[in-house]
Amino acid sequence: MTEKLVEIKDLEISFGEGKKKFVAVKNANFFINKGETFSLVGESGSGKTTIGRAIIGLNETSGGDILYNGKRINGKKTKAEHNELISKIQMIFQDPAASLNERATVDYIISEGLYNFNLFKDEEDRKKKVTDMMTEVGLLAEHLTRYPHEFSGGQRQRIGIARALVMDPEFVIADEPISALDVSVRAQVLNLLKKIQKEKGLTYLFVAHDLSVVRFISDRIAVIHKGVIVEVAETEELFRNPIHPYTRSLLSAVPIPDPILERQKELIVYDPSQHDYSTDEPEMVEITPGHFVWGNKAEMAEYRKKLN
Amino acid sequence: MTNTKNVILSAQDVVVEFDVRDRVLTAIRNISVDLYEGEVLAVVGESGSGKSVLTKTFTGMLESNGRIANGSIKYRGQELTELKSHSDWEKIRGGKIATIFQDPMTSLDPIQTIGFQITEVIVKHQGKTKAEAKKLAIDYMEKVGIPEAEKRFNEYPFQYSGGMRQRIVIAIALACKPDVLICDEPTTALDVTIQAQIIDLLKNLQKEYNFTTIFITHDLGVVASIADKVAVMYAGDIVEYGTVEEIFYDPKHPYTWSLLSSLPQLADEKGVLFSIPGTPPSLYTPIKGDAFAPRSRYAMKIDFEEDVPKFAVSETHWAKTWLLHPDAPKVEKPEVIQDLHQKISQKMSN
Repeated sequence: MTEKLVEIKDLEISFGEGKKKFVAVKNANFFINKGETFSLVGESGSGKTTIGRAIIGLNETSGGDILYNGKRINGKKTKAEHNELISKIQMIFQDPAASLNERATVDYIISEGLYNFNLFKDEEDRKKKVTDMMTEVGLLAEHLTRYPHEFSGGQRQRIGIARALVMDPEFVIADEPISALDVSVRAQVLNLLKKIQKEKGLTYLFVAHDLSVVRFISDRIAVIHKGVIVEVAETEELFRNPIHPYTRSLLSAVPIPDPILERQKELIVYDPSQHDYSTDEPEMVEITPGHFVWGNKAEMAEYRKKLN
Repeated sequence: MTNTKNVILSAQDVVVEFDVRDRVLTAIRNISVDLYEGEVLAVVGESGSGKSVLTKTFTGMLESNGRIANGSIKYRGQELTELKSHSDWEKIRGGKIATIFQDPMTSLDPIQTIGFQITEVIVKHQGKTKAEAKKLAIDYMEKVGIPEAEKRFNEYPFQYSGGMRQRIVIAIALACKPDVLICDEPTTALDVTIQAQIIDLLKNLQKEYNFTTIFITHDLGVVASIADKVAVMYAGDIVEYGTVEEIFYDPKHPYTWSLLSSLPQLADEKGVLFSIPGTPPSLYTPIKGDAFAPRSRYAMKIDFEEDVPKFAVSETHWAKTWLLHPDAPKVEKPEVIQDLHQKISQKMSN
């Protein structure tokens, strides 16, 4: 029986107030099972990072609920609740050059969380935790005294991963962790993330735009377009039976590393004006078990017809 | 078929060096490559492999601490390495060889209208009057797919989305009527749907305007979609060159093998991806033999000792690997990239 670790219910996130109010995410509904890799894909500006940041409390929400282990975690929290939460949830950022403190040694960077939350018995214990983590991510203990600029992009991302994982989190939000990396290094980092997940039973939320990578790493995928989650399904189901027109367009645009297939490929262009939501309002519907699509009643009838 | 085409740009034994804090960095190591008229040559490699540096030598845009230390670059018979002055280069840049860069925000002037930036180029390169240029500029804007071009003529870059801005950059390049168009990762900063549209647009424009394209990218999917020929770069050298089919279906160099093997589409059943061990070599120290040898499981003793010549595989295909020497042991490409087309087709269809 799968257990839900994170549940997002009717989530709305907005920035600014009054006339300037901008709703970045609306009506978001999805859940993340314990131990799985869940990916949020969409274009830049679609709100995928905003959702990730809202879960860890970096962005405030303006409506709806974020449940973690069944407990609401958005909105007001006591200091103790906040601390408990951020030691369980960790984040890995996109740009390993920008997210590491330039003036700190690797030893300090990885230990910072341990210091902040007093997560070690004595100096020896801290050292052991840090060096174990270094080995785990494929770095050497001698690297500890160095500074971030002495490392390559792939190594820096490993430091970013070590810093997150030394906290022994349950849930890791990885915001485009491999976008800034080269193809060969990308594979190393992806393999590492997978290996650690298996060993520690971690749950991942992957925020990404590269669908070929997402397909490789995810158990389930949510597609987001302009702040609206339009489709959620298991990875292979989504690639086999994409239903929402935006998902179909997105999948058709992914470059295929095969010249013959590329020549036969046809681009599907998504036109948002094809939806008429003026009277018949859309909602998230479970069209087949585990496969959710955003649409109104008329559209669902259409989608169902195509499924059969 | 390709042999009947003219060579439009030819680099021979090109070496590019940079002075960096009293040290010399060799960014391009003895590259010889030809560009054929009407083709799309994709240059693929990791960051730091020298893709951009190589193409910058074609337009005289190397940074001031860099120089072409050796070799010749001929554009339609004209020696480019002899060009010194700014005005000499002005005759080549834009009108003959134009470049589209990765980030459209930095290649557009933020305080000039889109219309002004296109008409300026038309007046300069096509010698039209302002009024004629405006009409043409709107034509170009429509050609690259800007809706309501006439209305958007007077807008500024910040009023355009990333994809639309890149279309404008392409329109400006087109207005130069270039013979060769260098596209330096033009779609890397864009979303996949926009990327696909821009690639489609470039393909169509090439058919219509008949220019030759050099397309720099690190994405093998993009290579498959746009290239006729592919040059694979590693540590400042082209290690393999061939038609797009030859590179994908019959690659010969271990580095090309590794690149293809690390495609996420080819992960094994346990979900493990092939990854290349180690890191690229430092370009500050001279490289002996095959630069990829220290990271290659197929490396032989000679790979660390002797520089590799080009071994011809077909009329259009060569690779710099000692594995192609008649005396070398027969080595098959890795299992994971055999029957690549079948494997990827299967992955895409199920």
